[in-house]
Amino acid sequence: MSEEGVVKKLMYVNRKAPYGTIYALESLEVVLIGAAFDQQVSLAFVDDGVYQLARNQSTDGIGMKNFSPTYAALGDYDVRDIYVERESLEARGLTVEDLMPLTYEDEDDDWAEKESLRVVDSKELAALMSEQDIVLSF
Amino acid sequence: MSLLHTINKSPFERNALQSCLRLAEDGHAVLLIEDAVVAALDGTEHAETIKNATGRLSVYVLGPDLDARGLPKDRIIDGIEVVDYDRFVALTCEHDSVQSWL
Amino acid sequence: MPLEVNGKNYETDEEGYLANIQEWEPDLANAMAEADGAALGENHWEVINFLREYYEEYQIAPAVRVLTKAIGKKLGKDKGNSKYLYELFPYGPAKQACKYAGLPKPTGCV
Repeated sequence: MSEEGVVKKLMYVNRKAPYGTIYALESLEVVLIGAAFDQQVSLAFVDDGVYQLARNQSTDGIGMKNFSPTYAALGDYDVRDIYVERESLEARGLTVEDLMPLTYEDEDDDWAEKESLRVVDSKELAALMSEQDIVLSF
Repeated sequence: MSLLHTINKSPFERNALQSCLRLAEDGHAVLLIEDAVVAALDGTEHAETIKNATGRLSVYVLGPDLDARGLPKDRIIDGIEVVDYDRFVALTCEHDSVQSWL
Repeated sequence: MPLEVNGKNYETDEEGYLANIQEWEPDLANAMAEADGAALGENHWEVINFLREYYEEYQIAPAVRVLTKAIGKKLGKDKGNSKYLYELFPYGPAKQACKYAGLPKPTGCV
């Protein structure tokens, strides 16, 4: 590739609830695979996508794999910017307390544990989106 | 005719639930499954619409689909009954037919 | 193709990965290593056990890069490098060690 070595800003926008469709799991798998390519990756959870991060998911009753614990591994994959749109949470009667805590360990700061997840309003998210080189939508 | 309506899409994404509530007749049953279970939670933008429907329709939500999505049963709208798969089957048998809204 | 260990048959996929992670037991790892012409020592087990713990917590097998970094943090810098891990698992640390650990093939692993 001609642009080898250039770090691009890449945002995955997740807008679907988990389990009812395959989008949430597909997105997560692409993020994990793509994390090998040293791009500056961020994730945004908008609309029903916010349900992907709900705490206490338990799929025993529906016979599907519960992939929610995998979001906590994103920090290991150097995905440290996870945005949740405030308006989407509010429309669904949810708060950040209803979501799983997501953190990363900062290697340059004696492995201090830091928050990856940030609730942002539409305006902030719009600004973040427009500064991306690539936005991938799921 | 007594009908059981099943909805499997989130009301935030599709209008199947809204259309169903508009077209279901008094005394019919509505069962929320798969992504539609998010509509059963109180405090959402759609809660009022569903609350208004619980008076004239029997509204049910499938428990295993709530659990999968981590949605707490203590925040379900009053008047919605949480059911398991066995009750889902029983509801299907109790009604003359099932209308599946896609 | 099923793998027979201690008189019990285990279902595996075409690449030899265990079909059902719940069925895993240490002797299975030893048998898989033996079939590859290797014997598992304490250093191998450190990595295998780490992988099983990682999967238990996050429901995925970590990518090599993630594994290397995490091993370095947990077991020391002299072990957290690909040279060390490739010496233990010459077929690729993620691929081979995951197989012995009974995990699915890591996502994105070639």
